[in-house]
Amino acid sequence: MTVKELAEACGFEIANGGDALDKTVTGGYCGDLLSWVMGRASAGSAWITVMGNENAIAVAVLAEVGCVILAQSAELDGQAALRARENNVAVLKSGKGAFEIAVNVAGALNL
Amino acid sequence: MIENDKKDEMRFHYDVPGDDFTHAGEASGNVKKVLKQLGFSPDVIRRTTISMYEGEINMVIHAGGGEAKAIITPEKIDIFLIDNGPGIPDVNLAMQEGYSTAPDKIRALGFGAGMGLPNMKKYTDDLEIETVVGKGTTVHMTVKVD
Repeated sequence: MTVKELAEACGFEIANGGDALDKTVTGGYCGDLLSWVMGRASAGSAWITVMGNENAIAVAVLAEVGCVILAQSAELDGQAALRARENNVAVLKSGKGAFEIAVNVAGALNL
Repeated sequence: MIENDKKDEMRFHYDVPGDDFTHAGEASGNVKKVLKQLGFSPDVIRRTTISMYEGEINMVIHAGGGEAKAIITPEKIDIFLIDNGPGIPDVNLAMQEGYSTAPDKIRALGFGAGMGLPNMKKYTDDLEIETVVGKGTTVHMTVKVD
């Protein structure tokens, strides 16, 4: 499933999109500690977090996640938005908590 | 930046500024682009760049910055991270998952999980740490290409 299809299926807002919306999402990972995420999130994951800073985007690039989903309406700050655009990282957003988002993502991906 | 280009070997050198999270990751990001251009496998690229990023972040947080070097050959990628920071008093303790001395302001950014060195060990084939308290630390990591 593409990031765009996932966003539509789950009603997520798009905080940064463009070509990155065509990336494929194959699973999910929840976490806010960046090294933990880098060490354990699989490439292609929908990474659910409240970390909307530029370091989170750097981690998303290195871990090659499919997209970032900001939970609880966490903000993508200005520098992070710029870095997301430059590095073609899809960032979605939801007012829901991480658990509920994970349930939605798992349902959409038939996991 | 590229330093020289011997046959089958490329060397890169980067200055990593301390306490600068805006530029943290530029060295590993650059190496990632180079490895992609050279056609290395996604697994090698991921292991190399995650390990290098962890090392960069450690230097930014703990050592006031330092320098990062990458030597790329078809057989392996060597990463050196060299700083003049406070050194690591107990390397075995620092290698334990979850152990961190990062201050609260760093943790608020999402760092300080105590996974930096464990990730570097997990993702590389060789990890050597030379450290002297009060003088600095040199980390040498090797990722072998299958």
